[in-house]
Amino acid sequence: MTGVLRLVLIAWWFQLKIRSRSAFDGLLSMVYPLFFATTIFLMYRAGSAGDTALVSAAVGASVMGVWSATSTTAASSLQQERRQGTLELLVAAPSRFSLIIFPLTLSMATVGAYSLVATLLWGRFVFGIHIAVAQPLTFALAIFVTVIAIGMLGFLLAVSSVRYRSAWALGNMLEMPVWLICGFLVPLSVLPSWLHPVAWVLAPTWGLDAIRAAAEGRPGWTSLGLCVVLTVVYGLVGALVSGWLVDSARRDAKLALT
Amino acid sequence: MKSSLRLFYLGGLTSYRALFSWLTPWILIPSFVVAPIVQAALFSYVGRAAGVGSDSFFLIGNAVQYASVPCLFAMGNTVSGERFQGTLPLLLASPARRIPLFLGRSLPVILNGFAVAMVALFGGGLLLGVRVPWTALAPLAFVVAITSFSCAGLGVFTAAIALRVRESAVLSNLGYGVLLIFSGANIPLYLLPSWMATVAGWLPMTHGIAAARLVAGGSGMASIGGLLLQEAGLGLMYVLIGLVLLAYFENEARRLSTLDAF
Repeated sequence: MTGVLRLVLIAWWFQLKIRSRSAFDGLLSMVYPLFFATTIFLMYRAGSAGDTALVSAAVGASVMGVWSATSTTAASSLQQERRQGTLELLVAAPSRFSLIIFPLTLSMATVGAYSLVATLLWGRFVFGIHIAVAQPLTFALAIFVTVIAIGMLGFLLAVSSVRYRSAWALGNMLEMPVWLICGFLVPLSVLPSWLHPVAWVLAPTWGLDAIRAAAEGRPGWTSLGLCVVLTVVYGLVGALVSGWLVDSARRDAKLALT
Repeated sequence: MKSSLRLFYLGGLTSYRALFSWLTPWILIPSFVVAPIVQAALFSYVGRAAGVGSDSFFLIGNAVQYASVPCLFAMGNTVSGERFQGTLPLLLASPARRIPLFLGRSLPVILNGFAVAMVALFGGGLLLGVRVPWTALAPLAFVVAITSFSCAGLGVFTAAIALRVRESAVLSNLGYGVLLIFSGANIPLYLLPSWMATVAGWLPMTHGIAAARLVAGGSGMASIGGLLLQEAGLGLMYVLIGLVLLAYFENEARRLSTLDAF
């Protein structure tokens, strides 16, 4: 167990250092969500929804960046390893493949956490949106869990799209639907009812609800628990899928060909 | 003249095919069909929740604004893609005239931007239940074509900057973000702070989006003539600035031997 934890921590830190030196993964991940947040703040300010809706949207907008930093880069991460010629080395490593890939996507979500803070500060100092947090410790815990959940969702996306050469396009395509379906910017109740089950199986839906609950001072432990459960499920499914894909690629000798 | 036209057409076609060799349906559909429709839906729902605008307002604004994705990214890639493939020095060492060379590359991009915006208008209209009158379709297509040209002009400008900036994708993303806020796609210009509205007036798409909304609302071509002239004029201005910058950065790269330094 200690060895696994050490591997995850070291790989996460290593990947985080790589990403923080990339203009695309580092700088853009922080700035890009601000464009959307600014647009949304201006829309809410111009509209008739009131301050409560604006604050709720501001919390959601701050988490948008975590998913933005993860979706496209996670989907294309294994393709990038393949292009760099390091995918074979990762597969050949004595550690489980899933334990090497998860820290990679977790580092993306961590970069996104920078953007979460940046968006909250942007809202506070540029738009004067003051988010009064009723339960600061639960708020911080909910953010931590949501970042891990998004990292794990990215992990599932990364291993599921290993056979898809243009996976970055898939990740890019999924960016806004997740913002919309998980209720980052609008309440789930305004979306068509057939989308609700989709939202329920996405961990960010529950993570965001827990963050909002902590900010508003209502109980959010059920949402937080569901977020954790879904994160574990993503991890298990991702580990199974990655194991199956690696075995298949080894058996057919086509790791570099897909 | 004949060789310039040949270079314009064949150079553009070859570049387009090289660019789109990686734009398979696996990329084309998620990036240029699904994403713009989802963007229009996202902002329509945010508009509903915020109590601002209408579905028609957001559909037209975002569909037209999404033309900026192919216009900015593909034009930026005409330089960064050559650099990535190792063919940029060969391209710039060739005696080919630069104006037809780069303008030829912008023509397929304009067509792509036009197609993306029109698909988003139709697809988003079906999803959101927004109906554009049949009589408005031809004028709307014309407005979208002018707007795509104008945004491709900004693309020529970013292509020039890509001679000095390695991460052209970052540059294009920034351009897309600026247009998202400033162009009036989601916030009417009169609701923006005055300095933002002033900046918006100098950006491509702002006048095109306004014209598209007027046309979809039943206005005739005569009423949008001024907006279209401003849109086309801005596009031309960005093309000229881009071509001057391309020449300047090329000369600087030759003089200082820095073509591959960025």
